[in-house]
Amino acid sequence: MENEQFNKNKEVLIVNSDLSIIKVNNLTKSFGNFTAVNAISFEVSKGEIFGFLGANGAGKTTAMRMLCGLSKPTSGRGTVAGFDIEKQPEQVKKNIGYMSQKFALYDDLKVWENLRLFGGIYGMKSDEIEDKTNLILHDLGFENERNTLVKSLPLGWKQKLAFSVSIFHEPKIVFLDEPTGGVDPAARRQFWELIYAAAESGITAFVTTHYMDEAEYCDRVSIMVDGKIVVLDTPKSLKTKFNAANMDEVFQQLARKAKRVEDG
Amino acid sequence: MIQANNISLNYGGVSALKDISFQVERGEIFGLIGPDGAGKTTLFRILTTLLLADSGTAIVDGLDVVRDYKVIRTRVGYMPGRFSLYQDLTVEENLSFFATVFGTTIEENYHLIKDIYQQIEPFKNRRAGKLSGGMKQKLALSCALIHKPAVLFLDEPTTGVDPVSRKEFWEMLKRLKLQGITILVSTPYMDEASLCDRIAFIQKGKILTIDPPEKIIADFPYKVFAVEADNNYKILKQLRQSESVRSVFSFGDSLHVVFKDVSKIEKEQINAELKEIAPTIEDCFMALANN
Repeated sequence: MENEQFNKNKEVLIVNSDLSIIKVNNLTKSFGNFTAVNAISFEVSKGEIFGFLGANGAGKTTAMRMLCGLSKPTSGRGTVAGFDIEKQPEQVKKNIGYMSQKFALYDDLKVWENLRLFGGIYGMKSDEIEDKTNLILHDLGFENERNTLVKSLPLGWKQKLAFSVSIFHEPKIVFLDEPTGGVDPAARRQFWELIYAAAESGITAFVTTHYMDEAEYCDRVSIMVDGKIVVLDTPKSLKTKFNAANMDEVFQQLARKAKRVEDG
Repeated sequence: MIQANNISLNYGGVSALKDISFQVERGEIFGLIGPDGAGKTTLFRILTTLLLADSGTAIVDGLDVVRDYKVIRTRVGYMPGRFSLYQDLTVEENLSFFATVFGTTIEENYHLIKDIYQQIEPFKNRRAGKLSGGMKQKLALSCALIHKPAVLFLDEPTTGVDPVSRKEFWEMLKRLKLQGITILVSTPYMDEASLCDRIAFIQKGKILTIDPPEKIIADFPYKVFAVEADNNYKILKQLRQSESVRSVFSFGDSLHVVFKDVSKIEKEQINAELKEIAPTIEDCFMALANN
């Protein structure tokens, strides 16, 4: 019965298969009696900037870990970059980029060494890594920092570098988990311009943020409450639907309905 | 309650703070607003007696931060930007530890933390290291408050906290203010900056202005225009190229544009409708950071 339902949905999904980078159907994750992610379904298209919003504890991180192939769903299905998140997690990992607030850069390595390391991990060839490194340092205006240790870079620069590292191997999609947490308004805007540029080049960006002005920068946003996606639409439609002046008002209206006490 | 006089500090040849002076009144919520690396955390550390300035003096709650450091530490609450509770202790153990160290009990000052602690009480037996970001912040604030400090130092207390919890957090700060607690807070959220009684804009270790948010907005020297288009990023790039544009930034669903000379706007260069709007604190911040 469940399988039949999935196959039925799959037919619908296949229509856009070339354009869908993420397809998720009834994805669920339970820990004991606690359902952290409760049957979420959605699709994200190529080159889209998708905002994945929710209060602390709504289930965003758990959902994202499943999408990145780091955690197996309890039930439901999902494909990311064309690979099954449950059956082909290693393929998923190779074809995505990931950046979190805790930028996974090596402080004791130089800027170019970080790029070299991540390029190597993703199996890029040496000359390819070298060309790409030159290109990125040029685009970021970091040419003079090539030999600088990452630990001595200012926060805003580290953040830009971390993003560049996350898309260095040209993944189809990049997952950004609160990439701008604690960053000042000027640095946040510079960062979003990098996201726009990446999206223009066809990379899909899947972003979580607690800044509701950033929610407005997304093509579409979903809002999770108590493990479920309660709305998914363009920021403009959501504001109309909720008769709200901005996304903060939409968020406040929905997230205040949460019944579950914030957890994990 | 806080008085800083000509505080300066150099870190290995770099000037982290330059001649910082300001005063915070009792029961005031005073915001320190500035770009990353402006010197905000350094200033917090000097005022909480954790770091010595090269020159200048500071008085907190009538006491000198150098001479009376031991007494000051019993009278202030400090919530650092980086989570610094004991990860291996439970929620309740952390709270009772801080209460005990300061010679009080959870019961004695429970009324101060009740609103926020109730939200994490269901998890009081969980280790602090296993809490989510928002819950860690709530616990850290509870621990900073449990000895009923006269002055509260909050270094980016709402980073990683969702919009609903942020709103609750600030409602609580207002209640603490009403109880006479003085609050010095830094934040990267400009909506929070506008909730302070006064804010100091700090950049490269120097304070540029100190005023109530309304006054800073009223003094903003430029007219701000909003542009709404279907493809804001495209328009943004176009406007950046325009000679007549001083600055253009994304603001939620629109772009905010400041022109070099409002009388000389080249309408034909701007393929979108311009609407003059009242500036916000964030416009002021962006102009400052852009200079």
